Amino acid sequence: MADHALLEMRHINKLFPGVKALSDVDFTLRKGEIHALMGENGAGKSTLIKVLTGVYQNDGGEIRVEGKNISIRSPQDAQNNGISTVYQEITLCPNLTVAENMFIGREKDVFVHNRRREKRANELLGELGIPARGSQMLGNCSLAVQQMVAIARAVDMNCKVLILDEPTSSLDDKEVNVLFGLMRDLKARGVGIIFVTHFLEQVYEVCDRITVLRNGELVGEYLTEELPQVQLVAKMIGKDLDEISSFGEVEEKEFSDADIFYEAKKLSSSDALPFDFEIHKGEVNGFTGLLGSGRSESVRAIFGADKVNGGTVKINGKHVKITKPIDAMKNGIGYLAEDRKRDGIIADLSVRENIILALQVMKGFFKPISRSESEAFADEYIKVLNIKTASRETPIGSLSGGNQQKVILARWLLTHPDYLILDEPTRGIDVGTKLEIQKLVLKLAEDGVAVTFISSEIEEMLRTCSRLIVMRDRRIVGELKGSDLNQAQVMKTIAGGES
Amino acid sequence: MKNTKTFRREPLTDSQLLMTIAICIFLVMYVGAMLIFKGGFLRANQIFDILNDNAPLIIVSCGLTIVMIGGGIDISVGAVTSLVVMACALFLNNGGNVYLSMLLAIGIGLGFGLVQGFLISYLDIQPFIVTLAGMFFARGMTTILSVDPQKVNIDPIHNLFETIHRGALVNTSIDPQTFNTSTENLTELVRDGKMTFFEAIKNMNFRTLLEGKIKIDWLGYTAPNGNRIPASMEYGVVIALLCVVVIFLLLKFHKLGRGFYALGGNQTSALMLGINVKRTRFLSYVICGLLSGISGYVFLLHTGAGNATNAVGMEMNAIAASIIGGTLLSGGVGNVVGTFFGVMILNTIKKIVVTSGLNAPWWQSVTTGGMLCFFIILQSVVIFIRSKVRRSRISKK
Repeated sequence: MADHALLEMRHINKLFPGVKALSDVDFTLRKGEIHALMGENGAGKSTLIKVLTGVYQNDGGEIRVEGKNISIRSPQDAQNNGISTVYQEITLCPNLTVAENMFIGREKDVFVHNRRREKRANELLGELGIPARGSQMLGNCSLAVQQMVAIARAVDMNCKVLILDEPTSSLDDKEVNVLFGLMRDLKARGVGIIFVTHFLEQVYEVCDRITVLRNGELVGEYLTEELPQVQLVAKMIGKDLDEISSFGEVEEKEFSDADIFYEAKKLSSSDALPFDFEIHKGEVNGFTGLLGSGRSESVRAIFGADKVNGGTVKINGKHVKITKPIDAMKNGIGYLAEDRKRDGIIADLSVRENIILALQVMKGFFKPISRSESEAFADEYIKVLNIKTASRETPIGSLSGGNQQKVILARWLLTHPDYLILDEPTRGIDVGTKLEIQKLVLKLAEDGVAVTFISSEIEEMLRTCSRLIVMRDRRIVGELKGSDLNQAQVMKTIAGGES
Repeated sequence: MKNTKTFRREPLTDSQLLMTIAICIFLVMYVGAMLIFKGGFLRANQIFDILNDNAPLIIVSCGLTIVMIGGGIDISVGAVTSLVVMACALFLNNGGNVYLSMLLAIGIGLGFGLVQGFLISYLDIQPFIVTLAGMFFARGMTTILSVDPQKVNIDPIHNLFETIHRGALVNTSIDPQTFNTSTENLTELVRDGKMTFFEAIKNMNFRTLLEGKIKIDWLGYTAPNGNRIPASMEYGVVIALLCVVVIFLLLKFHKLGRGFYALGGNQTSALMLGINVKRTRFLSYVICGLLSGISGYVFLLHTGAGNATNAVGMEMNAIAASIIGGTLLSGGVGNVVGTFFGVMILNTIKKIVVTSGLNAPWWQSVTTGGMLCFFIILQSVVIFIRSKVRRSRISKK
């Protein structure tokens, strides 16, 4: 198998303080193949890529290019060894011409020869079928073309291994096809391509092999045609189809249309495609799908966290306009953001201050919550949610992840929402706290609060939600409830029709 | 997907567009002034006056343009200029050699550039803060040096250098005692074959430089009393124009110059493209410092005196000139030719204000402020419209 291996990574380990990001991962890339690297969030694929490009150094294992042992200490090292990377965000300069972007930083001449450069650029662009001219300003090109210019630069540097990190996430279908054409062309020239993406269809369209990672470990390497889509999803999520059994069923609840609390028609935002959605009082529903499937973007649109582009929203049957988070909050919606560190906590403020934040905003800044009142609130929720903190005045940054999450939950509970959106509330927290949060969700529902629950762990969703909305490639592809609510069905829906 | 080998004219880049706007506005303004005020504006001398007075500003603005293209800022340039003027004036007055005084000027400028550049690029300190410190430091040093305003003493006896070279004249047929080092005289001697060109250059002293002017007779005018007054250009202007040309070429054709644009366009990208970001940024400040040094010397050539209040506020004028000339503070866009016209625009405004009888200095400030505001709004409108057009064109594709 290793005969015509272009790149071999053996027993790669990478340690971060307290976390083993990669443990004993093997990866093999052959000449002239497109190899997909798949895995959910935290699976270690980006760490593996960063080890390969020299952004991180591996803590063990070896990397061989064409049979030769190499050590990669910097991005420059990687390039010298024929490993080039094209990132999701364009790493070119928009204020320079296409030709300059292709050649700058790697020419020996002190004076630049624009004509000669542009001629060479045009030749290469023509050869690769990239619709751009060397003399054009890069900023005038579409994103797809900019990406292809970056690839052309890599090709001109005689790269043997080309890493494409989420190259298609900002491209439309037509552009994706042009990019795939280029990828197949490079493949025919013997370049090995590592393709990182979360679009399953695209993997099956261009890739020869798939390597799946999970929790920093290698799950396996498969030929694309031998791995059905549903199997791939199972491997990424970590449950084999055989071991799927039903978990503690959520008791069925019947909702009448009169109970609808929130209803959206054709709601869309800068990041979410139009979708319809409704939720009843006392209902727990979930959005599921792989990372990047649009589940977070959809709930962000509901909360008005991204720029809302269109659609109508009804709350309790009345039309309302929600374009900013404050609109949503005034209508009784709370949103616990996915990225706790960035969108949730304010690390330097105390637990108490973090708790009263949302309530204070809703009341307006001219009606301050008195000190004694806020202390009472903080004490109450610290007790109710069992938040482990030295005191209510401890900065939230020094708490553990699970306790931080509880503080943020307390922040929203304090506003007494009618509808609470929880985006990945259980990520990165210990099992005990996870269970507590799940119980809390169910209890809130009993009290008549509508809850939307998002989690990467399907098992957890099945335990709490009575209805699951499944998303794939930014579209709602299914709605599961009742007897359909089991892991096998969810995975089939995530992976798409055929299985 | 055809191979586009046929030559197609590309639309102007943002840098070129903003430069074109600056040139057009200068022309409109100047022609307007010619039509309205006639008099002085109809004479070429007016242009040469502006150039003579502002040669140091042109040089400093060139340096600042480089720094701004790289996405930085340097507000120490005016103070460094002032320090150079003071130091060189003192040095010459104490019998210093002319050539050494030039070295001193360049040395001071380079010194500031090196230290500031090092702090900014290798220790990653905010450029505004570093150069603010540099500005206070240079201003302070100037005040320490300026016990009295220093007028460069041009009495030949004091000029050691000159006496030495008079001695060197012994084996020529010229009498050292009556030897006159004015430009005219030296030119004559060279023409008559009594002295080689290099000897003539060697015999130039500071006075020659100070009083030396390039006279262009045909561009002059005849005063009412019948005297012919030629248009004259100081040597400083030649140096300034030379700086503009050299830096224009550097920015357009040199690897380093393109590096400045890449750095200002997107720093992360520049790094990924294999540009040594730290060194490039460092060099932008070094070049800027060097130009401040040259500017100081040109300033001294123009005024012939060192004074603690020399070049006060020059850095702000330089920033204004760069911006008017189409350099964006956000970096990556700019052009040194535009900057040159920026200086011309700023000073044409001042001339117009003075000519229209508003002599008080605050009127100059007020109009300059207004114009600067107008320019910045105009530029952002132009850039905004362009990016909008560009986006719609891309999405149509």
